[in-house]
Amino acid sequence: MNDSIDVMVNGESRTVTRGVTLLELLRALELDPRAVVVEHNRAIVRRPRLGDVTVAAGDAIELVHFVGGG
Amino acid sequence: MTTAVDTVRDTPFAVGGRTFHSRLMVGTGKYRDNETMARAIEASGAEVVTVAVRRVDLDRSKDTGILHHLDPNRFFLLANTAGCFTADDAVRYARLAREAGFNEFVKLEVIGDQETLLPDVQGLLDAARTLVKDGFKVLAYTNEDLVTALRLEEAGCAAVMPLASPIGSGLGLLNPYGVRTIKRRLTVPVVVDAGVGTASDACVTMEQGVDGILMNTALAAARDPVGMAHAMRLAVEAGRTAYLAGRMPKREVAVPSSPLEGMLD
Repeated sequence: MNDSIDVMVNGESRTVTRGVTLLELLRALELDPRAVVVEHNRAIVRRPRLGDVTVAAGDAIELVHFVGGG
Repeated sequence: MTTAVDTVRDTPFAVGGRTFHSRLMVGTGKYRDNETMARAIEASGAEVVTVAVRRVDLDRSKDTGILHHLDPNRFFLLANTAGCFTADDAVRYARLAREAGFNEFVKLEVIGDQETLLPDVQGLLDAARTLVKDGFKVLAYTNEDLVTALRLEEAGCAAVMPLASPIGSGLGLLNPYGVRTIKRRLTVPVVVDAGVGTASDACVTMEQGVDGILMNTALAAARDPVGMAHAMRLAVEAGRTAYLAGRMPKREVAVPSSPLEGMLD
């Protein structure tokens, strides 16, 4: 069995380790979990649960934050 | 508002249970750099500052995050749903914004037309109802149509935000009557959002009796954003104070200011 899977992160395909959690994914991307909001397959995952949710092949993950705007 | 004249007493500016000291709200978009933005916001005296929700830039080619440049303990962050063209998208963005953990307020935009960025009022009402039910304090960006404003109030919006003119246009207050009528008929605060171009626009808008103004491009696109922010602060206070003081009636003919008596033969 292949150890890596492809997921979509912010609209781009990324290869990650099978079984990785959302928290580990953020760490791998060098993102501070307190500074981003995570949406996993259209469902918001709250910060305390980021370490509990693992990603599967084909999952869509959105990582958002606040930018300048009116 | 601070005023040296004690006959002009204002009521506090409260939205959704929060009281703010400034009636001017400002956006954080389109500044040439973050330092200018921070100085302009400071000069504006605004407490409510709008932000947008967007994807994190994963390759770090640019530092787009706003919170490195804006102290969330000093400013009240009002997230918007700018760029959303459907009620579903706007609800999705609002929920993501709330999850950032600052507050449950949202400046709701559901855009219906790319060129004018005018609101899709049906989508706006749908999104407002969903978000109010979900516990949000909704400040709804709308046009200057009274009936839509009434429906937004009925839907439970914390504030209604009619436009002065299209977003980023700087055309000023195009329909004073419409905005005034909305203010007269609604109980919730009316905050004019978008279209103000310069200080006189802000002053005239506040003279209609509205509760506040939200602006972004007028500051960000000014030659000197910090100077314009200062001017806008004064204009909003001037317009508000003039409204409270009550303007003189307009006449079609002159009325002399100096006595008619005592003239020489």
